[in-house]
Amino acid sequence: MLKQSDTIMPSERATAEPAVLALSGITKTFPGVKALSEVSLNLIPGKVTALIGENGAGKSTVVKILTGIYQPDGGDILVNGVPTAFPVPQAAADNGVTAIHQETVLFDELSVAENIFLGHAPRGAFGLIDRKAMTRKAGEILDGIGAGIDPGHKLRDLGIANKHLVAIARALSIDARVVIMDEPTAALSHKEIEELYELVESLRAQGKAILFISHKFDEIFRIADNYTVFRDGQLIGDGAVSDVTEADLVKMMVGRDVSQIFPKRTPDPGDEVLKVAGYSHPTEFEDIGFTLRRGEILGFYGLVGAGRSEFMQALFGITRPSAGTVEVAGTPVQIRSAADAVGNGIVYVPEDRGRQGAILDLPIFQNVTLPSLGRISGKGFLKLAEEFRLAREYTERLDLRAASLDTHVGNLSGGNQQKVVIAKWLATRPKVIILDEPTKGVDIGSKAAVHEFTAELAAQGLAVIMVSSEIPEVLGMSDRVIVMREGRMVAELAGDDLQPETLVRHAAGI
Amino acid sequence: MLKRLVTSREILLVGAIVLLLMLISSRFPGFIAPANLANVFNDTSPLILLAIGQMIVILTKCIDLSVAANLALTGMVVSMVNVAAPGLPIVFILVIAIGLGTLLGMINGILVWKLAIPPIVVTLGTMTIFRGIIFVISDGKWVNSHEMSPAFKAFPRADILGLPVLGWIAILAVIIFSVVMTRTTLGRAFYAAGGNPHAATYAGINVGKTQFWAFTISGALAGLTGYLWVSRFAVSYVDIAGGFELDVVAACVIGGVSIMGGIGTVAGALLGALFLGIIKNALPVVDISPFWQLAISGGAIIVAVALNAQANREKGRIILKRAEQAS
Repeated sequence: MLKQSDTIMPSERATAEPAVLALSGITKTFPGVKALSEVSLNLIPGKVTALIGENGAGKSTVVKILTGIYQPDGGDILVNGVPTAFPVPQAAADNGVTAIHQETVLFDELSVAENIFLGHAPRGAFGLIDRKAMTRKAGEILDGIGAGIDPGHKLRDLGIANKHLVAIARALSIDARVVIMDEPTAALSHKEIEELYELVESLRAQGKAILFISHKFDEIFRIADNYTVFRDGQLIGDGAVSDVTEADLVKMMVGRDVSQIFPKRTPDPGDEVLKVAGYSHPTEFEDIGFTLRRGEILGFYGLVGAGRSEFMQALFGITRPSAGTVEVAGTPVQIRSAADAVGNGIVYVPEDRGRQGAILDLPIFQNVTLPSLGRISGKGFLKLAEEFRLAREYTERLDLRAASLDTHVGNLSGGNQQKVVIAKWLATRPKVIILDEPTKGVDIGSKAAVHEFTAELAAQGLAVIMVSSEIPEVLGMSDRVIVMREGRMVAELAGDDLQPETLVRHAAGI
Repeated sequence: MLKRLVTSREILLVGAIVLLLMLISSRFPGFIAPANLANVFNDTSPLILLAIGQMIVILTKCIDLSVAANLALTGMVVSMVNVAAPGLPIVFILVIAIGLGTLLGMINGILVWKLAIPPIVVTLGTMTIFRGIIFVISDGKWVNSHEMSPAFKAFPRADILGLPVLGWIAILAVIIFSVVMTRTTLGRAFYAAGGNPHAATYAGINVGKTQFWAFTISGALAGLTGYLWVSRFAVSYVDIAGGFELDVVAACVIGGVSIMGGIGTVAGALLGALFLGIIKNALPVVDISPFWQLAISGGAIIVAVALNAQANREKGRIILKRAEQAS
């Protein structure tokens, strides 16, 4: 177990150079969650600063504050040392801050030149857009960054890497001083990543301050000058990359007390209920295989984009695998649709509950019984009394507090909506329940309740698969953990191997 | 809370209709005589039948613009069958009308389900095709009153307890579909598929198939109305009920059916249709030019949509504990 004190102490500031953009003592609170607590960050011209942290550490919140999407509750944004507010995104842009997002926010149906100059196109006669000048200038900027892209092409014809280049060209066209890159390499091939590195180096040579958000340690050591580590919305350490090792950074990222807050379990695995072998998909994952017993909690850990949710969706019949077999309780089954999966006792509580979970315009009881309609109806007619009994049984089991089962789910709090979705799946009397990021976006108090409840499900003989990007959660809850990276299983860990560093190393491939 | 809001929306509409009737009766007291109200209801019955089908389609995030063309094509086919075989019992005419309408609805449904073509495009296309087919089979000629058999014309007008059969059919449809929407798994699937298609898929509901059934029901009701329409007006030609699909959509919108899908009731469709029907019947008798009818219907649509948007805006998350207890 790591103690707080053996990590690197924050900053004797690596350099005395003035920051072009800095955050000082920034705090941001969302209902029930403190996303950022007095964090500081310095972006220095001609330097690449890597922002490192687990999922949920507060990196995205920082980006949104820097780009004027969120307003901090406390602290200052300093532009060249002067406190400045970014009340709207345009204010951040006016101060030379631009962000290149994981999924580029550009317009597919517009040309490359139009994308680069949208909102600040060169004007000609009568204030109309001077297309010739725009195309010429776009070409100059693209050539400047070594991108051989025709400015007249529609953006939709470009690959993801070239779209990134367009986004960067756009940043240059508004004379950005600060460029924020949010996991820019997540979707790129190796060759494209090399090209991106060269580009980052040329931006650095031009004196831009670059904030580079990444999970990949190899690239941090390759291109970053400085690092800043966040954990749970707090600044844990910062300094020059040359002063630290990978091991130091991993420690800072994960070093915390992982015990205690999780329910005590005495795992007592029973018969095998699920056996998956050779599950593959043409583009998303390959050769996933494992077994699962009654009463067991199997964790799936990996970085965002490792293919965990994609695999779960295939296992649940939402997408089709290209190869692989599934056995439920020793019997081979074919899962071609979600109805097949539910029929075979496999249920999936998705990560995106707003989109995939509850139907907000329907009352609680109709949401709970939706996948079980076959059981509470005869010849297509619903037996309303049975429907209510089923809904009441499972909402009471989850201690769902609502005035009436007639209440529309859209009127419930997030925690209660979560309970409705879980009740819905439990009502199908499943053998295997897949929980995808069960505590994402849930406040601390409700998190503990979800954990306790998950443990209870396992104790009642359900086999639980828990996909989570939170290391303490995975370690605190799981009997075994499968680590995925780039669509493959890279490790299956149990017992003493369940250590934070081990997980991060496998997930990041170091 | 929302349920109360929705219910109150329907009560609001009942209130609006009562107010409208009082306003009209102050200028023309005879309008609210029971016999006249029965007459107005009977006159609005085709709109009610089509609005029920359209409501189900809109519930699943689709739209059916081909209903009026379906009605006209089915009407022409049964008229021509009647001319060719005047002795054919009415029950067969009804079977042909419902069967053909169902088939036409299924064509829409298959195109939306299997080829994933946007519903507005599919039904714009089939709307034109259906009208074209009428022209082809009829050579553009009318089927007139004197060519139709007496029994063919008499069925929808037969009086039962002061209300013609046409009106009774609308009442029957309201009852049947109220049960279908609230008490069957299919009815529940319509709400789920439109309310959140992703979640419905995850719950094991085939969203495309559900939309197919919605179009099928809409087509069946349009086919039935096709016969009732041509026999009541005792005439059939290419352009009957031209543009009527927009009245049908308007009735749904006024009745609180969300154009985004997932929200709507049979009662709402009924009330929306009645509201439009009363305006249409009342304007001539209170000496307002029928040309104002369009403007007034349009105004009613905008007011209804504005009320809908308002209702949706109030649908905020309840975060405070005390608010949740109160809900």
